[in-house]
Formats: sequence, structure tokens, C-alpha cells
Amino acid sequence: MTFSMGDLFLILPELLIITAACVVLVLDPVLRGPRKDGLVWLSLGTLAMCMGLTASQVSGPTAIFSGLVIIDAYGAFWKLLLYFVTGLTILLSYSYLKEERLYFGEYYGFILLALAGMMVMVSAADLLTIYLGTELMSLSLYVMAGLKRAEPRSLEASAKYFVLGAFSSGILLYGISLLYGATGSTRLPEIATAIASQGLSDSLLLFSTILLTVGFGFKLAVVPFHMWTPDVYQGAPTSVTAFMAVASKAASFGAFLRVFIEGLGGLKANWSAIFLLLCIATLVIGNIVALVQTNVKRMLAYSSIAHAGYALIGVVAASRIESSSGIASVLLYLALYTFMTFGAFAIVAMLRKGDIEGEEIEDFTGLSKRHPLAALLMMIFMVSLAGIPPTAGFVGKLYIFKSAVEAGMTWLAALGLIFAAISAYFYLRLVMVMYMREPIDHSDTAPHVVMSPTLSIVLACAVAGVVIFGVYPNPLVSFAMQAVLILK
Amino acid sequence: MTGFPWLTVLIFLPLIGAVVVFAVKDASVRLVALGMTVADLLISLPLWWLFDASSGQMQFVESARWIPTLSINYKLGLDGISLPLIIMTTVLMPLCILISWHAIETRVRSFMAMLLIMESAMIGVFCALDFVLFYVFWEAMLIPMYLLIGVWGGPNRLYAAIKFFLYTFAGSVLLLVGILVLYFQGGHTFDILQLSQRSYGVALQIWLFCAFFAAFAVKVPMFPFHTWLPDAHVEAPTAGSVILASVLLKMGTYGFLRFSLPMLPDASRLFTPLMVVLSIVAIIYGAYMALAQADLKKLIAYSSVSHMGFVTLGLFMFNIQGIEGAVMQMVNHGITTGGLFLCVGMIYERTHSRQIADNIGLTKPMPRYATLLVIFALSSLGLPGTNSFVGEFMVLVGTFLWSKIAAALASLGIILAAAYLLWMIQRVAFGVPAAHVLPKLRDLNLREMGTLVPLAVLIFLIGLFPNPVLTRMHASVEKVIARVIPLPQEETSALNQQAPSSTRQGLTANVDLTIYRGGTASPRLADLATKDHRP
Repeated sequence: MTFSMGDLFLILPELLIITAACVVLVLDPVLRGPRKDGLVWLSLGTLAMCMGLTASQVSGPTAIFSGLVIIDAYGAFWKLLLYFVTGLTILLSYSYLKEERLYFGEYYGFILLALAGMMVMVSAADLLTIYLGTELMSLSLYVMAGLKRAEPRSLEASAKYFVLGAFSSGILLYGISLLYGATGSTRLPEIATAIASQGLSDSLLLFSTILLTVGFGFKLAVVPFHMWTPDVYQGAPTSVTAFMAVASKAASFGAFLRVFIEGLGGLKANWSAIFLLLCIATLVIGNIVALVQTNVKRMLAYSSIAHAGYALIGVVAASRIESSSGIASVLLYLALYTFMTFGAFAIVAMLRKGDIEGEEIEDFTGLSKRHPLAALLMMIFMVSLAGIPPTAGFVGKLYIFKSAVEAGMTWLAALGLIFAAISAYFYLRLVMVMYMREPIDHSDTAPHVVMSPTLSIVLACAVAGVVIFGVYPNPLVSFAMQAVLILK
Repeated sequence: MTGFPWLTVLIFLPLIGAVVVFAVKDASVRLVALGMTVADLLISLPLWWLFDASSGQMQFVESARWIPTLSINYKLGLDGISLPLIIMTTVLMPLCILISWHAIETRVRSFMAMLLIMESAMIGVFCALDFVLFYVFWEAMLIPMYLLIGVWGGPNRLYAAIKFFLYTFAGSVLLLVGILVLYFQGGHTFDILQLSQRSYGVALQIWLFCAFFAAFAVKVPMFPFHTWLPDAHVEAPTAGSVILASVLLKMGTYGFLRFSLPMLPDASRLFTPLMVVLSIVAIIYGAYMALAQADLKKLIAYSSVSHMGFVTLGLFMFNIQGIEGAVMQMVNHGITTGGLFLCVGMIYERTHSRQIADNIGLTKPMPRYATLLVIFALSSLGLPGTNSFVGEFMVLVGTFLWSKIAAALASLGIILAAAYLLWMIQRVAFGVPAAHVLPKLRDLNLREMGTLVPLAVLIFLIGLFPNPVLTRMHASVEKVIARVIPLPQEETSALNQQAPSSTRQGLTANVDLTIYRGGTASPRLADLATKDHRP
């Protein structure tokens, strides 16, 4: 395989991130005490640089490395989103790790490695490259989920995540190999051409599509491949959970959409029926099971499952309409979902009960009395997750359901909205607990929010996103529209 | 966009106020909130006179692009239907602040902020001319109202708050589906005026009507979706009850009038029998339930169900008397029931009980209070000379034209209203009090008089001179009727030259007869009914 130096320049963001990850890993044992903070700033600085670089790559598609990787606006959209989330995660972790007394320099290294994997996922145009990215992301996340070594729950999360993740990767790989057998290539454009010329009848094609669906289903955490999510989200350190719930989901959607729209676009009619079923199951299970959770992290885990279901409505709709606005609505939805979910996890992470996290719903009792600001922010995030205007969640739902109606699936939009109404119950229960119950515990160990400058930045970014894009989503919408023009 | 952006200022001034109350000293929070609402009232009043009553068009229109990819616009405007409702809202809001002056002692800032946010959203709902904008305002008031009930409410507030929220939210999600379907059927626009001018297939109209019905009927609330109302009203703080009863319920009927009727005329006609039955059931059932209540707030809550039945009944008569009566009744109910809830709030501050049994014989210790209470109650039962008489009478006339039986059944509601209200008055105002209660009660002070007297004045003002309100809404209501009952093609062409609205003239002539035959005619009402003859 040959490539030019120009190709290397185009993947400079990826290279920078990997370099930074290695530097962090090497420097960590050398630095002592407060100097380790330097690693945080190094990571953030790298992210800022990459943001600038990627922002300059929004222009038309350029295939590099013989078509393994494609640099385009679509990848840029996801990458910018991922930088943003990673930056927030690092800022949140800076305070969170101190509170948890977890000191691992590797932590930031792993975050950056996971980010590198995600970046590969969203810009790869070859199934094997995508697989490579997925594995890089997943392996880093397995480690990060188990970072609280003293806590059995964290270890359980890590082990569970690893076993199921490895299993799903195997299925994904199997699907890729079958697809290679059927079409003779792993490049998405070539697969598309092969499918177009062969017609739809090939059972091998269908079988590989199903395997790919299952493989991605695990990564996206859609029902019935969601079983790992609540346990992992609950057990992992909360900063890692936030990262998984937002970044890993976004990257998986990025890769998934490219594979299914660009590569398997010819099989739309087949996979859209499968996804319709998955989408309904996800909406039902995600929202209904969330109703009975008493742990906020588990509740948010089910909520993130449910939101994947809403995004899938957009995917199903997109497969049935000509215009690219359907996929744009998925991108938009996930971008908006980022702000509200990350904000909610950030507050959960910093709600401390003595030495441990206050992550039960009860721990939020009367929060508005003790921390009016934290309670207000949490309320805004919950309201947005429930999709009530004027917040980002409403805009996301508006676009998703608009696509569904456009595709002639009004009933699906109605179903989705009915579940949105059901979900309002558990989101608002948290609001009720915070605002309408008196605090029970007045001692020093009562749950309290530990504010720190970095947390303030995280929350400010999240709430600004929720409110500003809730009222004026135009910049994000036009970016998403531009990003999906590449996909057919 | 030319001229002064009246409506934008009207909507966003309270919102700014909601931010400001967090920035001022503790002592001045209430004053600032009061100042903001009074300022809003003063801004809204000139609209009453600047409004051109001869035109059925939207006035004070403002339009700006908001989300161009979906062609969503920030478009506001007023017509003769929304104008009285907006003025009613701005009049009530300062009173809500006044009644909460001492009743709310905890988290005063947040409380005032919630009231101000509510005011913004409510005015927004009545002004919005873009369906998405309307929906945003419509939903935006859910959370503040949820908090008003849940944080500052009575003992059972958690249940009432979540019930209120889930009912209304579940209803309105279907509205959103309907809006999206209309967007694609109506030519990719959310503009209410454009959507109202297109015609849609009957099957589609029926579906859309059901979706709209889910949202609006819960809000009104129509029987059998009314069960959230007694809970919410009883548990909410007084200001919350007033806002709920006076403004929020009107949003449902306003929705029917602004969207269901003009956009879905065929379905509206098809569903008329159902709507009439539900309305009459609400009128009678609500009144019966009110008879049985021992709790004053519950009594008024059920009376609201009954009175709102008159409004929905009038709306679906599709004649000028019915719809104008309904709009009239929307305003009247806002004023009268608002006043009654304020009264209950005041007595609760004194005796800490809303039970009728605990508040007997208030005329002696509190003569001013008793007088006003009686005024509001008499207005509520529709005594001639008060505002409700005008509205209810017009609705009944409109109903009579459609079906005599329906009118007869609906008038049962008025008789029952007289029964439960007079019985309430008899006990609360004129009963024999328990000796130990009396000395403690002080009569209304200046602030409380200031809260109630404006409403009492409005009651008589509208009751004796309803024409200023009616003339302003006349053209707009005619426009709605023209949408719902279009003249048959051949007739239109034949009548075009000589008498453009002869069918409606016919109706009016009938009304006049009815009035005279019934012997209840007053020159005012005859004038009101015959002004249709004006060219």
C-alpha cells in the first residue's frame, strides 16, 4: 500500500491525539504530585489544536490511504462533537478523580486513545478500519470502566463490558467477513457497487447484514443488545459513564450510519424493517424500565437506551425518504443529546455523600434547598431529556419526528411521542425529589454538590448548549445538513 | 415588521422580570414582581383602543425567521378573539402577585419568577401565529405550573402536580404529531393563517381532529378528561388556582377556536354531536359534583368544569351567538372564577380551612369580604347585569338555534349553578357562625380590596356594556364561521351581489324572534343580535 505525506497531514488530528496519549502515558510515572495536573492541560491543549485542524477539514470528501479513510464534513461533524465531549470529560474527571481519590495518569491516556479509536470509526470508509477503531475505543473503555479497583461493582462492570463487548466484536467481525465473501471487498463504496449489481436476493448478504446489525446493536446499546448498559453505566466511575453514554454512542452512530447508508444502502428495505423492530423495542423497554429505577445512574442508563431508540426513529425514517434531512436529524439529535446527558452525569458525579457518590434518587432529596443552582441545572437537563420546549431536547425530537412523519410513519412518531410522555414521569420524579421534598439529613454527611472551577466550566457548557440550541438551533442544524450531504 | 413590537414586549417583559427578581434585595422581590406585571398590564391596555374592530385580520403582526430549515417563524399577531384573553391575562397577573403577598413566605423569589414565566408563556400562546411557536409556549408553561403546584401547594401537592403534568403533557404530544402532519399536508409551513386557508381530506381531518382534541380537551378540561382539575385546583396555591382556572383552561377552548374549527371544518362539523354531548355532560355533571362539595376550592373547581362546558358548547354551534358567547364566557369565567378563587384564598389565610363548615357566617365579621364574595357568586350563576349572564345567554341562544333539547339540558346547568352557589353563599356569608371563630377574623385590608375590586368592577362593566368586547371580536368570529360553514357554491354566486351573508341574517332574525317570544329581551341584547344586519 502506498500513501503520500499529504495523507498523513490529513490524519494529523488522529496522530496528534495518539502522540498526546503516548506522552501522557510516558510522563505519568515521571511527574510527581501536582505536576500531574500538567497532563490534563496537555490533553486539553491537544484537543484544542485538533479542533482547529478538523474545523478546517469540513470541505468536500477526500479519500486517503487508498480509500481506507475518508476525510469529509460528515467525519468532521462527529470529530468536533467528540473533541468537545472528550474535553468536557477531562475537565469533569479532573475534579471527579480527586474526589474519588483515584490517581491514574493512564486515565487521561486512555481517554485520548479511546478518542483516537472513535475518530477512526467516524472517518473510516473500510469495514476493517472501522473495526480497528471500534476495538481501540472498546479496549480503552474496558480498562476505564474498571478503574475503581477497590470496588467490586466497578470490576464487575469492566468484566461484563469486556465479555459482552468482545463477543459483539466477534459477531461484527463475522459479519464483515461474510460481507467480504459476498461482495469481494471491505471498502464501503465497493460494497455498495457490488450490492447494486448483484441485486438483493443474496442470502449471504442478508445474513451478514443481520450480523452487522447485531454487532453495532451492542455498541449502540439498543434493545435487545442493551443488557450490559445499566450494569456498566452504574459500576463504572461516573466520569467514564458520561464519556461512554455520550462519546461512545456518538462514535458508534457515526460509524453505523456510514456503514448502513453508504455501504449497505442498497439493502435499505431489508435493514430498515429490522431497525424498525429494534427501535420500537428500544423505546418500549428503555422508557418503561427506567420508570422503576431508584439509582440515578441506572435511570440515566435506561434513558440513554431510550434516546438511542429515538435516534433510530430518525434512521428508519431516513431509509424511507429521498432527502438527506432524515440522517441530518439523527446527527442533530445525538449532538443535542450530548449536552443534556453529559450535564446530568456531571451533576451525579459531583454529588457527594460523605466519601462516596450520591447516586440514588433519594440522595437528591431537597437539593434545591442546599444547592439551588445545581438543582436548577439538573432540572433543565431533565426537562430537556423529556423533550419539553424551549430546550434542546425538544428541538431534537421535533426534527426526528418530522422525519418520521415525512416518511409517512405518523404512527411511529405518535408512538415515540407517547413514550416521551411516559419518560417525563421518571425525569420529573427527580425534579420532584429535588424541589418538593424537604431534605431529611442535615448532618455533614448529607449529600452535597462539590463545586469546582472545572465542574463549573463543564456545567456551563452543557447548560449553554441545552438552552441556546433549544432556542436557536440553526447553526447546528445547518452543520448537520452539510455533514450528511456526503452520504447518499 | 413595522411600528412598535407591542406583542414581543408584552411577552418578554415578564420573562425579564423573572430574571430581575433574582437580582434584587429580599424586601423588594414582591414589589418588583408587582411592578413588572403592572407594567405589562399598562402596555397591553393601549392595544384595546389601537385595535381596529372593523377588521377580522390579524393585527400588530410581527414576523421574523426563526428556524429556516423547517420554515418556522417567530410570528405574532392579535385578533378579536385573542385580544380580550390577553387583556384578561394581564389584568389577572398583578392580582395573583397581590394575593400571594403574605400567603407565600418560602422561596418567594422562585415563586414570583414562576408566575412571571407563566405570564410570558400564556401571552405567547394567545399571540402565536406559528404552530411550533404556539406549541413551544403551550408546553413551556407546564414546568412552571408543575413547580407552582408541587412546591407551594397543599398537603397532597406531589400527586396533584404530577397528575396535572402527565395529563396535559400526554395530551399535547399528540398535538405535536398533528402539527407535523399538517406541516406536510399544508404545504411545508407552520404558519397558522396559511394552514387555516387550505382544505384537507375528510379522513385526515378526522385524525387531526382527534389529535388536537387530545390536547385541547384535557386542557379545557372536557368530561371525561377533567379528573386532574379538582386535584390541581385544590392543591395549588391561590395564585396557581387563579392562573389555572382563569387562563390555562381558556387555552384549551382557544385551541379549538383557533385551530380545530378553521383548519378542520369538516371534521368539526362531524364531531359536533359528540362535542355537544360531552359539553352538556360536563355542564350537568360538573354542577352536580359542585353541589356535593364541602371544600370551597373543590366546589369552584367543579363549577369550572360546568362553566367550561358552556364554552365548548357555544364553540361547536358554529353560529355567531354561540361562538361570541363562548369567547365572552371565556373572559367572564376568567374574571369570575378568578375572583372566587381569590376569595377562597383570603379566607384560607384567616381560618386555615377551605371547608364550608369552618367558614360559616362571615357577613358579620367581614362585611366587605362577604359583599364581594356574593358579587362573584352571583356573577358565576349568571345573574342578569353581571358578565356571565351575557355569555351564557348568548351560548344558550346559539344552542337553541341548533337544538332545543340541547339548550334545555344546558340550561339545567344554570339552575344547578344557582343551587350550589346560593347554597354556598347561604352558609358562608349568612350562616350562623360558631362563636369562637368570630373575633379572630379581620376584614379585608387595602391590598386585598385592591385585589378583588377590579374584578368586581369588570363584572358589572362587561355585564352592563358588553358591546366593546363583542364588537372587537365580531369580525374575527365571522371569519371562523365562514371557514366552518362555507356557503354552498351556487348559493354563493347567486347571493354575491345582493346579500352576502343572508344565511346568517336568517339565523339572526330567528334569534330576535326567540328573544322577543321568550320575553327576556333587553334592548341591549337585541341590539347585540341584530348588529349582524349592519352592512
